[in-house]
Amino acid sequence: MAVDAQGRPRHEEARAPVLELRDLSIRFGGLRVIENLHLEVQRGEILGVLGPNGAGKSTLFNLIAGVLAPTAGAIFFGGRNITTMNVWSRRRIGIGRTYQIPKPFAHMSVFENVLVAAAHGGGRAIRLSRAEAMDVLEATGLADRMTSMAGQLSLLDLKRLELARAIAGRPDLLLLDEIAGGLTEAECDDLLALLKKISDHGATIVWVEHVLHALKRAASRLAVLYSGSIIAEGAPEDILADDRVREIYLGA
Amino acid sequence: MTGRNQFMTGLAITRFALVAIILALAAGPWLFDLNQQTLLTEFFTLLVLALMWNLLAGYADIITVGQHAFVGVGAYAFYGLAVLADVDIFLAIPMAALTTLLVAIPTMAIIFRLRTAYLAVGTWVAAEVMMLIAGKLPGFGGGSGTSLPIPVVKAFGATLSGRVSTFYAMSFALALLAFGTTWIFLRSRVGLGLTAMRDNEEAAGAAGVDLVMTRIVCFLWTAPFLGLAGVLVTLQKLRVAPSASFSITDWTIYIIFIVVIGGIGSLEGPVIGTILFFLLRGYLAAYGTWYLIILGAVSIGVILAEPRGIWGACRRWGIPDLAPASHGPKP
Ligand SMILES: Nc1ncnc2c1ncn2[C@@H]1O[C@H](COP(=O)(O)OP(=O)(O)OP(=O)(O)O)[C@@H](O)[C@H]1O
Ligand SMILES: [Mg+2]
Repeated sequence: MAVDAQGRPRHEEARAPVLELRDLSIRFGGLRVIENLHLEVQRGEILGVLGPNGAGKSTLFNLIAGVLAPTAGAIFFGGRNITTMNVWSRRRIGIGRTYQIPKPFAHMSVFENVLVAAAHGGGRAIRLSRAEAMDVLEATGLADRMTSMAGQLSLLDLKRLELARAIAGRPDLLLLDEIAGGLTEAECDDLLALLKKISDHGATIVWVEHVLHALKRAASRLAVLYSGSIIAEGAPEDILADDRVREIYLGA
Repeated sequence: MTGRNQFMTGLAITRFALVAIILALAAGPWLFDLNQQTLLTEFFTLLVLALMWNLLAGYADIITVGQHAFVGVGAYAFYGLAVLADVDIFLAIPMAALTTLLVAIPTMAIIFRLRTAYLAVGTWVAAEVMMLIAGKLPGFGGGSGTSLPIPVVKAFGATLSGRVSTFYAMSFALALLAFGTTWIFLRSRVGLGLTAMRDNEEAAGAAGVDLVMTRIVCFLWTAPFLGLAGVLVTLQKLRVAPSASFSITDWTIYIIFIVVIGGIGSLEGPVIGTILFFLLRGYLAAYGTWYLIILGAVSIGVILAEPRGIWGACRRWGIPDLAPASHGPKP
């Protein structure tokens, strides 16, 4: 972990968290959706994020990915302040994300959908991105749907496509927004195996998920978001046993 | 499987027929009379304008209603170079295209600060300003414009029929160039990103597509083609005039109808739309202003039935693109 992609030593960055959110806030008019949020994500970890509907989880991802600009606070990625960086630059320096509500390129083939991310997200020529796109389609179980128009996919396949586009180009940080809903047990196992593999290759994952059993199996740490702030963080078993969390999140 | 084979055969026949049509059009001066050539010259000119408006509005989400600005700039640049500066006409034509490109750069810097409806209004205002400036330029005949001098006209052919054929050949070549290069552009890396933007801008950004750079490339791509169309317009009318060279009706409004009816966001749509436009115009010419009203009604009807126009409906029926800008796993 002490070298970067070019093989140079990176003592400073190795110690710094991959992602650091400092006192992040966003308001929509009078609605405070994220409030003074502080969060550090360490290199290589799988951080599970849970929280009730409307807690601000997707908004948080939109802030990290650069779709939304915070009203206050700062975002650091690999030690670098990226608060004002645009969406595509963030993607190119290694932040990939899925959308909770899929946003396919409906009139392009599934293959091309992934090719866009492999070529543009990966910063490579089309010619050098085809193999990568194929690998990603295989890994996400979309290979046999490759030539279909993305607009014709089922919701489940659209979610796979979201994951495929997010991991194409191998970003360092993956933001996954509810990708396990509706999967069979076997499909869920496949997904977890894939995430494990991605993680083993050195990527960091932040995963927002309502499917707790999946999250529990994958996450090395859990954070609970409640009305715009992290109210608990820690080992999965501790968090899931926490009374406050059970009350808020599980309604128990 | 036989159904699919038949389908592919049908597609191959269609493509073959298209190639045959293009070859026939290339032989136009020998096949068509002067009236037909003149009509087709106009057809090719509008087709170029439709291809460009489609690229901006259908792909890059730059809804311009000021497209006529660059047509006028091309026209005036050509007149200024060929007549006032006495540049050789065949050099003046590419230089007019270049001038349009140069004017497009500062224009872009201004209008790209705006989005959506404001951008549309901005392009319109920019076009009006350019038209007013054109009317004030010394040597261009002011508000009423001026004719091309006989020697310049004669440089395109000593006889009327020779000139008509020259203009036909030039407009055909421009349409072919506009279609061919735009197709290649859409198949490039930037074009792939642009196509993604067409379908979902936010997701394209999230996939790493540089939305700003892509828009800039797109806008600057269209400018020289619009300028060249302006040159052709000048040659067809044999004059420049602010109201004619910068005609919002002819170079923007009609073009919007054409693209919307034919199918925005495809290469096939503008072609279908332009053909339909000429058919409608031919049949409805006798009805005067009703023609515009009917054209408007048809395009509204098409939008309501299928927002992506006739080619959008074809795509929904499973007809593959005849000029696909798509990529497969194998190069
Ligand atoms: N662009 C926006 N403008 C106004 N309000 C917004 C916007 N985006 C999100 N919100 C509001 O912010 C709050 C948090 O929404 P968000 O989608 O982040 O929740 P979430 O935690 O992802 O919920 P879920 O579990 O349902 O996905 C909601 O009240 C939502 O209505
Ligand atoms: Mg959400």
